[in-house]
Amino acid sequence: MNRRDFMQLTGLSAGAFMLPDIPVFGRNVAPEALLDNAIDVATKKRLADAALNAATAKGATYADIRIGRYLNQFVITREDKVQNLVNTESYGVGVRVIADGCWGFAAVVDAKSEAQTAKAAEEAVAIAKANAKLMKEPVILAPQKGFGEVSWKAPITKNAFEVPIKEKVDLLLTVNSAAMKNGANYVNSVLFMVNEQKYFASTDGSYIDQDIHRMWPNFTVTAIDPQSGKFATRDSLSSPMGMGYEYLQANPTDSVKGITTRYNMGYDMLEDVTAAARQAKEKLSAKSVEAGKYDLVLDPSHLWLTIHESVGHPLELDRVLGYEANFAGTSFATLDKWQSKNFNYGSKEVTLFADKTQPGSLGAVGWDDEGVKTKRWDLVKDGTLVNYQAIRDQVHIIGENESQGCCYADSWGSVQFQRMANVSLAPGKTPLSVEDMIKDVKKGIYIIGDGSFSIDQQRYNFQFGGQLFYEIKDGKIAGMLKDVSYQSNTQEFWNSCAQICDERDYRLGGSFFDGKGQPSQSSAVSHGSSTTRFNGVNVINTGRKI
Amino acid sequence: MAIILTETEAKTLLQKVLSYSKADECEVNLLGEQRGNIRYARNEVSTSGGQINQNLTVQSAFGKKVGVASIDEFDDESLQKVVRRSEELAMLAPENPEYMGVLEPQTYGKSNGFFESTANVTPAKRADAVAQSLSQTREKNLVGAGFLEDSRGYNAMMNSKGLFAYYPSTNVNFSLTVRTPDGKGSGYVIRGFSDFKKLNTQTATQIAVQKCLGSAEARALEPGKYTVILEPTAASVLLENIFFSLDARSADEGRSFLSKPGGKTKLGEKIVDERVTIYSDPANPELPASPWSGDGRAQEKTNWIEKGVVKNLAYSRFWAKKKGVKATPFPNNLIMAGGTSSMEAMIKSTKRGILVTKLWYIRSVDPQTLLLTGLTRDGTFFIEDGVIKYPVKNFRFNESPIIMLNNLEELGIPERTVSTESDRNYLIPPMKIREFTFTSLSDAV
Repeated sequence: MNRRDFMQLTGLSAGAFMLPDIPVFGRNVAPEALLDNAIDVATKKRLADAALNAATAKGATYADIRIGRYLNQFVITREDKVQNLVNTESYGVGVRVIADGCWGFAAVVDAKSEAQTAKAAEEAVAIAKANAKLMKEPVILAPQKGFGEVSWKAPITKNAFEVPIKEKVDLLLTVNSAAMKNGANYVNSVLFMVNEQKYFASTDGSYIDQDIHRMWPNFTVTAIDPQSGKFATRDSLSSPMGMGYEYLQANPTDSVKGITTRYNMGYDMLEDVTAAARQAKEKLSAKSVEAGKYDLVLDPSHLWLTIHESVGHPLELDRVLGYEANFAGTSFATLDKWQSKNFNYGSKEVTLFADKTQPGSLGAVGWDDEGVKTKRWDLVKDGTLVNYQAIRDQVHIIGENESQGCCYADSWGSVQFQRMANVSLAPGKTPLSVEDMIKDVKKGIYIIGDGSFSIDQQRYNFQFGGQLFYEIKDGKIAGMLKDVSYQSNTQEFWNSCAQICDERDYRLGGSFFDGKGQPSQSSAVSHGSSTTRFNGVNVINTGRKI
Repeated sequence: MAIILTETEAKTLLQKVLSYSKADECEVNLLGEQRGNIRYARNEVSTSGGQINQNLTVQSAFGKKVGVASIDEFDDESLQKVVRRSEELAMLAPENPEYMGVLEPQTYGKSNGFFESTANVTPAKRADAVAQSLSQTREKNLVGAGFLEDSRGYNAMMNSKGLFAYYPSTNVNFSLTVRTPDGKGSGYVIRGFSDFKKLNTQTATQIAVQKCLGSAEARALEPGKYTVILEPTAASVLLENIFFSLDARSADEGRSFLSKPGGKTKLGEKIVDERVTIYSDPANPELPASPWSGDGRAQEKTNWIEKGVVKNLAYSRFWAKKKGVKATPFPNNLIMAGGTSSMEAMIKSTKRGILVTKLWYIRSVDPQTLLLTGLTRDGTFFIEDGVIKYPVKNFRFNESPIIMLNNLEELGIPERTVSTESDRNYLIPPMKIREFTFTSLSDAV
């Protein structure tokens, strides 16, 4: 499921029609079926060994198998109505091999017998051998030690799938009611829950069982001024998280107070929607921004998306090399810039790191989808480009002999490939609060929440909107603005980074729908940061009349 | 059982499913699809594969309590199970006040969207089509990255009032980016057809090669308002944002660009240049589409914008009843009527302008005005005194397709194209637009 399908399914894209052809992303099942233990680990090992042995017997020099069960649950409401309850399950097996130096892949739905997985393995070998004839250079796979029989489970405390549907519906209808009471004309709200049960085995000797949970509560509130015919929306300030239902059981320590409340590892949906209803109305009469240069103070609920687009994507090695040229594009961050060891990606304040281990993040797993133990590594250190994101068949290109562990497939039926790790901005080392940061800004805009986003195919020129914009005049917040977007260039922008709040303000944002590849695959990824100041950024006014 | 069922096989299967139903009303939707693809990059095949998908969805209703369940296995036991499950879910569900009941049998027009040439594409044929592209980029020492995907499938539905509908279709999309080895030039082409025979990867590749070579050493122009000639694929990614916003309910609720003060809508009003006519027609031979919508309503030829005036909006059956109007479904295809100018003639009549091959990363900036942002990509050229003078650096734009269609200069001959944002196929003319708003420059090639 990609972003567009999700928006259509949930009605979250304001004004967009529910298109009739939403692709099937699993079969619909009863909610209780999501709690079944579909298949035990011993059976999975037998299915895996059958595939690995069959592949080796047919001449594969390497083979891996992923046995995956993917569960989704959506609760979708508007105002006082439940619009949809969707429970889906998808189960199958994907086998990947190297034969005659070339990759081959085959997948089979509902595979429950050793004969089925062995057959898929044989097909994968046949495909590899056929494709090998077209290939000039054989695959070079970084060595990887086997881990034996191991497991990893997301550190959740409350499995969202165990919470009764009624409790979820009641929560959303209460949220909607609060929005309406506080002046909203319309409200759409959604709970989206994901569980990936993945078993990976390879001829390296790994048998890895993992249980991954993700959760995203969100809403859009709409306010309308019937006189002018204008409308404004305010989306939730929640973040999709690698968490269970505990994300919705917020403690006071999870709230960050300020001009509006923002959230850390727990989300108070009722509090946020109450603020959102008032803010959507306030937006209708907010002052339209005067275009020009401003110092921007960017909240983590906003900055995550700028990090995602302008750092996460250009530092994916497959883009740098041209494998995504026909779709997502290539990258300005070419190998020569990395080799020079002095390419100023950003100012000295800027250290950006990749991390597949951070608890609560969307990308956190024990091992990636090719059996590599996950870790943290620097991409930009004190402003200088130092590394990329790469997987086993790429790391030799950057002179390393160990994968960074960021390989992922969105389904048992998709081929795993390099995907973005959680990429985050390291917090400032000197104590600094948001209030103290704003005090020093003469002419600025404080932006909270993510909005419109667009960036070119080599990741130079970008434009971002937001949810809430506040004018800063002589160190004080002077009121709400509207029609704000900023445009910049990646290197120029990160070099204008002047200050970063310390780790007390560090929070995660993220997306369920990072799209890449043809056919397109979706990946979920988080980005952490503290509130950050960028000086002299070009702001445009997006108000128009039609 | 085959994945692609014939009309008779589908009918028999659906009748069997309905025979298991004990609900007040039951509706069954059925689909089967097979896809095959080849992806290549750096002049090498990178992946190839296929996908098979079949699904049967049962909707059971007791009064206004509705339950839906689906399954991808079609043995008798599975079919009975899925019917029972939908009935159990319906019993548990709250009443849905917007449930309208299943439709009486409908009459559908004819539309041929299934072509044996596409249905019978083999891996070898796919590889051959790609080889005709790869050989050119390899020979010319350019770098090709492309994707070819063909699909064949059918949709069918039947309900307890006796409605039956069946539609088979095929499609092939081919896209290619060609770059110079030094990364200074990049060209693009995309093609979509129902009939594989119409796809010529060799001539398509020539276009991308030509654009790639022609786009190297681009010069920077100042951002600002320019006359542009948009090729159909560039126009499609802007125009589809109008199509996606044809929903009557959003307009009535005051949250659409089609809303007006006082709870009114722009239905019946002229919103764009009078030469703009946008319609849907499932029987169009160039862009055939299913003659029925997912809930069984007949798709008729419908004008959405006629001579610049909003003529129709799309309604759910619930909203149409509430408003007392005809329940026109959201269309299955969209066509924009064109003019008679060729691309060459449009370029020739341009004093100063920019030719745009492709627009990329389109996002809504303001749904109130349909303001969109995005960038040019893979072939942007400066036109002066009727000739293409030189390649220019890519621009970011901020523009509304509504404003753009008010600034219409000229329309060319419509052709089938593919949106690089949604993968949907459309019939859209190339168009010349004055005062198109470019807001900044990009260094991207």
